[in-house]
Amino acid sequence: MTDATNNTPKAKTSLLTVSPRVKKRNAQEARFKAYGIAAVATGLVFLVILLSTILYNGVGAFQQTFITVPIYLDEAKLDKNGNRDIEEIKKVSTFGYTPLIQDAIFAAIEEKAPGSEITSAKDTKALISASAAAQIRDVVIANPDMIGKSVEFRILAASRVDGYLKGRVTRDSIARDKNIDAKHLDVVDTLRSKGIVKREFNMAFITGADASESRPEQAGIGVSMLGSLFMMLVVLVLSLPIGVAASIYLEEFAPQNKWTDLIEVNISNLAAVPSIVFGILGLAVFIQFAGLPQSAPLVGGLVLTLMTLPTIIISTRASLKSVPPSIRDAALGLGASKMQSVFHHVLPLAMPGILTGTIIGLAQALGETAPLLLIGMVGYIASNYPSGPISGFMDPNSAMPAQIYEWAKRADPAYYERAWGGIIILLVFLITMNIIAIILRRRFERRW
Amino acid sequence: MYDNPNLERKVAQAESKISARNVQVFYGDTHAIKDVNVEIEARTVTAFIGPSGCGKSTFLRCLNRMNDTIDICRVEGDIELDGENIYDKRVDPVQLRAKVGMVFQKPNPFPKSIYDNIAYGPRIHGLAKNKADLDDIVEKALRRGAIWNEVKDRLHAPGTGLSGGQQQRLCIARAVATEPEVLLMDEPCSALDPIATSQVEELIDELRDQYSVVIVTHSMQQAARVSQKTAFFHLGNLVEYGDTDQIFTNPHDPRTEAYITGRIG
Repeated sequence: MTDATNNTPKAKTSLLTVSPRVKKRNAQEARFKAYGIAAVATGLVFLVILLSTILYNGVGAFQQTFITVPIYLDEAKLDKNGNRDIEEIKKVSTFGYTPLIQDAIFAAIEEKAPGSEITSAKDTKALISASAAAQIRDVVIANPDMIGKSVEFRILAASRVDGYLKGRVTRDSIARDKNIDAKHLDVVDTLRSKGIVKREFNMAFITGADASESRPEQAGIGVSMLGSLFMMLVVLVLSLPIGVAASIYLEEFAPQNKWTDLIEVNISNLAAVPSIVFGILGLAVFIQFAGLPQSAPLVGGLVLTLMTLPTIIISTRASLKSVPPSIRDAALGLGASKMQSVFHHVLPLAMPGILTGTIIGLAQALGETAPLLLIGMVGYIASNYPSGPISGFMDPNSAMPAQIYEWAKRADPAYYERAWGGIIILLVFLITMNIIAIILRRRFERRW
Repeated sequence: MYDNPNLERKVAQAESKISARNVQVFYGDTHAIKDVNVEIEARTVTAFIGPSGCGKSTFLRCLNRMNDTIDICRVEGDIELDGENIYDKRVDPVQLRAKVGMVFQKPNPFPKSIYDNIAYGPRIHGLAKNKADLDDIVEKALRRGAIWNEVKDRLHAPGTGLSGGQQQRLCIARAVATEPEVLLMDEPCSALDPIATSQVEELIDELRDQYSVVIVTHSMQQAARVSQKTAFFHLGNLVEYGDTDQIFTNPHDPRTEAYITGRIG
């Protein structure tokens, strides 16, 4: 400051030496850059930790322990009259099949692991999943010709056995477990070395239905995946047209006054409303007032539509706003009506942005759990496939994140692994959707 | 305002295309155009000149009701096109704009092919009965826009890929394709280099035989080169309107003189 009024000539400075002021400024900049890099690096480290934890814990869910044995389908037990009447065969419940499986396993043990401590067929019960009998019954009902023959089946091992192969169950941990004993594990070791007990890829985890609390080895995420799919259909079909129409009206046609301002502010506020609030709104309006069925993907979809709409409206308006006004002027100047200028020129240019916003909104809805709590999609055991599109929308079902939550809160540690596995599947869906959004944005991006 | 009797007579003699009487334009509380009276002749290039913010673009945009798109803009007074008030309640601005075409300051081709850029207007107005007809209209418009030779081999290339001058001529051709009667140009050369500017100016001169052209320009040389009539706007007032030669050689109003000699603006 005083320099300006000072008439003494300025000391000659060299460009080759850095003045203290500049030095300080450079140091500041370097520090700021370092903070930024540190922040990014911290984020990356956490991301890596997160992903590796999920993969480490969840990959096991995609593998399952199977026992492959020939099972003699005894005619005397499955079809007493021998006339292969399908109605009579159906009368034999799973209790009729269980002894056959146990006999088969016992035979395999006697042959491959002679001298084991397992002395009766009944004692093999701890090795087999309770679902095995139903699995074989289904096959037999579909192919009654198999009765009387010895057929090789790949049946699910009990979840304790599966846990033993995956290292979750150890000889120490079963000390007080009345479901399985050390002798069973000995047999499993032997059978495993003979190739009868094996860990294999388990497609049923991806396509299968949820199972009861006592049969984690059977549980799959397939049915709730369908539930999510039907919900997403509802969300897409409702929120895309409503959201885009609302944003076009607000952005291009609506007059600027305090009413539209109010609507605008409220839409932005709605985007920040906790999702559970939408859940209770859905419960009150769709289930209690409108009388729609509980736990139905239709209701879930409606609730998620409410939640997704603000996101879609905000992103659509942003992309409409980013279309240069000169394009609108050009169309209007040629005598196009407002609507023609919007639909012929503005909308196509805004489309990539709109689609990206929609996909991001859908991805958000796909991962949403809280509103589903209140409409009964959490806690529902999704054990049956919907029989058709209508049943897909209207029948009770779960959804992927709800299923994961459900598994995570079950007591059996075998479900813990499935929860992680479900998260992997959910993440695969989300990443796929985001990649599609990026591709769309890249592909249709225009410059002017 | 017109204290020159010669001038008054000349304007009255020529065929008037657009006549504006007592036009006032308000942006909210701002009085942007004050009491403008002007007769725009058919088959003539009329230039609007004046310093920035003097209202010449605003007035130009009144002539095809482009100001309608601005919520807070209000127009009073009469503007008649061939004796019909364009601000009449029964007038649909869409129909008006088909008759009064517009070219903007910044070239604004649609991000579509050259062909589609030209064909858009005729398509929405149903000017072509079939594909061959449309091809014909496109070719004629591009020839009229003096750009046919440059683009005839790449009609399906994007219009945004052309150079600035080509884009502006494309926009003129696009405006011409809808067969307007009046062509409004809002500083059409301000984004162009001198060579492109001279091409566009030549084109404007050629368009004069069919259309009434109104051009807003910042360049007094351009106004002198291309126009037959010139209107000088200052602070929302139409200060002086007359033959271009007279305005530039013998302005009646001291403000006009000050502007064209570079003392204001």
